Amino acid sequence: MSIMQSQKVSDDVDATAVAPTSKIRARGLSFWYGGHQALFANDLDIAEHRVTAIIGPSGCGKSTHLRVYNRIFELYPHQRAEGEVQIDGTNVLGPTTDVLDLRRRVGMIFQKPTPFPMSVFDNVAYGLRLEKRMRRSALQERVELALRRAALWDEVKDKLRTAGASLSGGQQQRLCIARAIAVEPEVLLMDEPCSAIDPVGTAKIEQLIGELRERFTIALVTHNMQQALRVSDYTAFFFEGHIVEFGETQQLFERPAEPQTADYVSGRFG
Amino acid sequence: MTMKRLAYRRWTDRIARAMAALAAVFGVVVLGAILLTVVYRGASALGIDFFTLATAAPRERGGMANALLGTFYLVVLATLLGVPLGMLCGTYLAEFGREGPLAVAVRFACEILMGTPSILIGVLIYTLLVVPVGGFSGYAGAVALAVIMIPVVARTTDEMLRLVPHELRESALALGAPHWKVTLGVVFTAARSGLVTGALLALARTSGETAPLLFTALNSTAWPRDLTEPTANLTVTIYNRAMSPFDDWQQMAWGASLVITSAVLGLTVAARWALGRHCR
Repeated sequence: MSIMQSQKVSDDVDATAVAPTSKIRARGLSFWYGGHQALFANDLDIAEHRVTAIIGPSGCGKSTHLRVYNRIFELYPHQRAEGEVQIDGTNVLGPTTDVLDLRRRVGMIFQKPTPFPMSVFDNVAYGLRLEKRMRRSALQERVELALRRAALWDEVKDKLRTAGASLSGGQQQRLCIARAIAVEPEVLLMDEPCSAIDPVGTAKIEQLIGELRERFTIALVTHNMQQALRVSDYTAFFFEGHIVEFGETQQLFERPAEPQTADYVSGRFG
Repeated sequence: MTMKRLAYRRWTDRIARAMAALAAVFGVVVLGAILLTVVYRGASALGIDFFTLATAAPRERGGMANALLGTFYLVVLATLLGVPLGMLCGTYLAEFGREGPLAVAVRFACEILMGTPSILIGVLIYTLLVVPVGGFSGYAGAVALAVIMIPVVARTTDEMLRLVPHELRESALALGAPHWKVTLGVVFTAARSGLVTGALLALARTSGETAPLLFTALNSTAWPRDLTEPTANLTVTIYNRAMSPFDDWQQMAWGASLVITSAVLGLTVAARWALGRHCR
């Protein structure tokens, strides 16, 4: 109901702009941790080449929702998803989906930076080396490009051989972004990418997200409402596993349709 | 009244501390005594002959070189068999079986095997590899040592891999890497010093084993040329000579004890050092 309302309003506001197509469509998505249900029939559209923020209090299912998109939750045997997640119209939760291919197309950035125990160069080259054997020079080009796009090249070009873990926290996170975008995914899932990063590093990553949206479709989970306001085009407000409200970010923050959303974005709870 | 209670508490605390310290000192003193005795009685046996000549009859000029070499062969072969198998098993436990029923059963079996008296393993291999073949052999000895190694390596591998943060696996999987590649390329690399530690500890533990060799490799006075034959080794030689009535044989047993104790100590220290680097 609320979704309909916000979308209706945003249609009026955005009547002249070209409405972006939905890259990802979640339909009736429910999720269980063993016997505990964490998501309840979520419907959500992630617009192509836009940043969609997912906000809500801790434990409301933001990350859980995101982790269905690339089926990373399947690593844990007691976790189970029901419903549909369509990417370009194909339900990726179906049995015929090639999970490895799905994950190549849908990159993910995690809360804590996770540099692999190898050099900066090898970190970025990891995904590229999975695909096919590449000439050394081609590999170097792709690594440099990814590092440039992640706004990290100038800081690490002289230490490509040093351990990824020796970089600062903010640099490590941008290294992880470089590693994810090196394989040219279509979608980037970001699960609170700045929560372990200092303010300067956070500012850099936020700026980077703004640039990356040109090339990728981005879904961003954040507990930081200001961040959602700064970087996202659309925002979904999650509460206790339900999507309470979804709409254009400005709209949702300035004129929320639901009282719960209004309470949350004004800082009254959460 | 309160003062009395406080004094009582203070004294129980002191007594408990003193007993704990005493127990700790006892452990260190025992180890120190063993090391000192072995060095004191064994050092004089170590000479050029000890490391170059084969074992000889009492009162004759001889050394321990064939037993040293035999133990080296047995331990290397056991390591080649036991460490890869143990690591595969540990990898299954940590990466694939995890908390599943099979993994729980295998983990339990490993714990039991680690506590099994090693002589039973010797007897097992005796019935499996010595009786059917019709003779003692170095290969049977190596297999017995490998069987002792497997659960130790499996459990340490399991523990070390489980210390690797889940986020690291998820990040690699999220790039579209298959699980086996993630395990080999990322998880093993992250846990590498822990894995080396596990292998070294297992090596240290088995290189001092005697009982499983008594029923398998037996012993020999010859140079180890063919592992299908009974094979000379340090620990059984120590066992035989320490029990003998000959002074010079006993002397050689002390020397061999010193060598094997130093080797085990060295391996253990190396393992600790590797683990220290891992945890830093």
